[in-house]
Amino acid sequence: MQTLKMALKSIKANKIRAFLTMLGIIIGVSSVIVMVAIGQGSTKEVQDQIGSLGTNVLTVTVTGSDVTFKEEDVEQIRGINGIDEIAPTVSGRVTVKNGRNTVQVSMAGTTSSYLDVRDLQLQSGRFVADLDHDNHSKIAVLGSDTAQTLFGMGDPVGEYVKVNGTAYKVVGVLESVGSSLGTSGDNMVIVPLSTGQRLASTTTIGTTYVKVENEDMINSISSRIEGTMNSIVGNADSYSVSSQKDLMETASSVNKTMTFMLGGSAAISLIVGGIGIMNIMLVSVSERTKEIGIRKAIGAKRGNILLQFLLESVILSSFGGIIGVGIGLISAQIVNLATGTAITYSVPVMLLSFVFSLVVGVLFGVFPASKASKLDPIQALRYE
Amino acid sequence: MTIHEPIIQINSMKKVYELGGETILALQSISLDIQKGDFISIIGPSGSGKSTFMNMIGCLDRPDSGEYLLDGEEVGKMKSSQLATIRNEKIGFIFQNFNLITKLTAVENVELPLIYRGMKAAERREIALGALKKVGLVDRATHLPTQLSGGQQQRVAIARALAGHPPILLADEPTGALDSKTSKEILGMMNSLNEQGHTIILITHDLDVAKKANRIVRIHDGQLYENGGEWFADTQNGIKKHQSK
Repeated sequence: MQTLKMALKSIKANKIRAFLTMLGIIIGVSSVIVMVAIGQGSTKEVQDQIGSLGTNVLTVTVTGSDVTFKEEDVEQIRGINGIDEIAPTVSGRVTVKNGRNTVQVSMAGTTSSYLDVRDLQLQSGRFVADLDHDNHSKIAVLGSDTAQTLFGMGDPVGEYVKVNGTAYKVVGVLESVGSSLGTSGDNMVIVPLSTGQRLASTTTIGTTYVKVENEDMINSISSRIEGTMNSIVGNADSYSVSSQKDLMETASSVNKTMTFMLGGSAAISLIVGGIGIMNIMLVSVSERTKEIGIRKAIGAKRGNILLQFLLESVILSSFGGIIGVGIGLISAQIVNLATGTAITYSVPVMLLSFVFSLVVGVLFGVFPASKASKLDPIQALRYE
Repeated sequence: MTIHEPIIQINSMKKVYELGGETILALQSISLDIQKGDFISIIGPSGSGKSTFMNMIGCLDRPDSGEYLLDGEEVGKMKSSQLATIRNEKIGFIFQNFNLITKLTAVENVELPLIYRGMKAAERREIALGALKKVGLVDRATHLPTQLSGGQQQRVAIARALAGHPPILLADEPTGALDSKTSKEILGMMNSLNEQGHTIILITHDLDVAKKANRIVRIHDGQLYENGGEWFADTQNGIKKHQSK
């Protein structure tokens, strides 16, 4: 108790130095908290987005360039039991123009079931209809961002845009879905499948979204689709069948790695902060050699001196830890407000980084403290 | 004044140093008895082994061989933590340059030895203020050492030495850093402390200071001689020569 008071007193005697010493720990702890908050926030956001697409959807992707997978082949998949709806999609990038506004967006050529399978909502107008596909109609449904870029606040429905130079009638605008992993679902244009095939100059259905009737059946349907695909395409390396669950797992493992790396580099700065504490404590020991000598001469045991210096470094690091948690929370909030990045606070991470700062204080305090406690009182008294 | 009951018994104490490859016989078989209530001066020029002897008496160092009984306890072979306890309980140090902790107030400095006994704060404060009263500085209790004169600092140091009620006061050149007027005050205070029953060991190179004691021993080339005062009186020229160095 008395040792605690002594330690506090000597910290108070050197306020600026104490603060600078703590700074390393403060930066370390607060950056751990901010980094992890951002990492976990984006993990959660991605998971929410992927989850919102429904876990009852399978994505069949044809990746090989030398294989063909046509509309007729899609019908074979449609024949599999337990499939509710299917949305064959060709995709590409197109330039969409309205007057002077030009935008490069991704294009999806698909059928009417796409809206339901991908769980999208219309903001206004209508979606692609089956008739549009049969008629090769030049109509387009715009993503919300694309609509805003091209038309500003105005209503695009009924207007014409130029897609790769050809006039298309805008029939509808999608509700915003947000972005995940850097790709925005709002910067896009949807056209009928047949029209899309012409725009992308391919007949190969690159992606097919399959909605199953029963979520529990998803694994068996997935393997049946794989069987069918194998008989159509022949090469198992040229296609993949993945569920939203797979996607979610991939996305969150990517995010976990990211969080871990961010948190890890922040933790290294904590260790650097600890070295800062050790440095200052060593300086403090040699500065206070005389004091240590006096204390020893009048009866302080090695343990008393050890504890005094150890407590000092632990107090410094734990104060630094507490301030760091506070600053971390505040700056994470600022990051959130300034950039709109999703933030998730994690209480275990806060506790962990605080405890870690304590441990750093003990670890890096032991060496200077034991150095102080081992001083020979005769030598120390003679020291000026 | 002297009660014939030895508080310090030293028997053929030896200490050897290695310094720069040379072996220095700092103490060559020294024997000394000090009685309870004694006021003894140990006088000797620098390099005589005086400081080494003081460190031995003060339990800051251990002899290579020989016996040292302090208050009936053999301290010559104690571990450093035990020595710390002995220093805390048996010896009150008074140093040449006061050795107060500059960041602590007068009363906090006086409390220090009691802190290491694990005494409660209120009790400690009371004893410390009592000790400051004895040296007439109770009104300066909350001053820092830098706000006090040299004489006042030394009185605080004396109060610190008294606070733990040690049987022995060990003063190492207590007047070395003070002017003659303040020196007189401090020595007068030590005399009166001796009259109150404190055993005082005073280490000095100054004969005038040493003469305040009722017994003077001389240390020279690591050997101890009784009646140091007479010897110095005979060879005062030698001392003068030494001091002018």
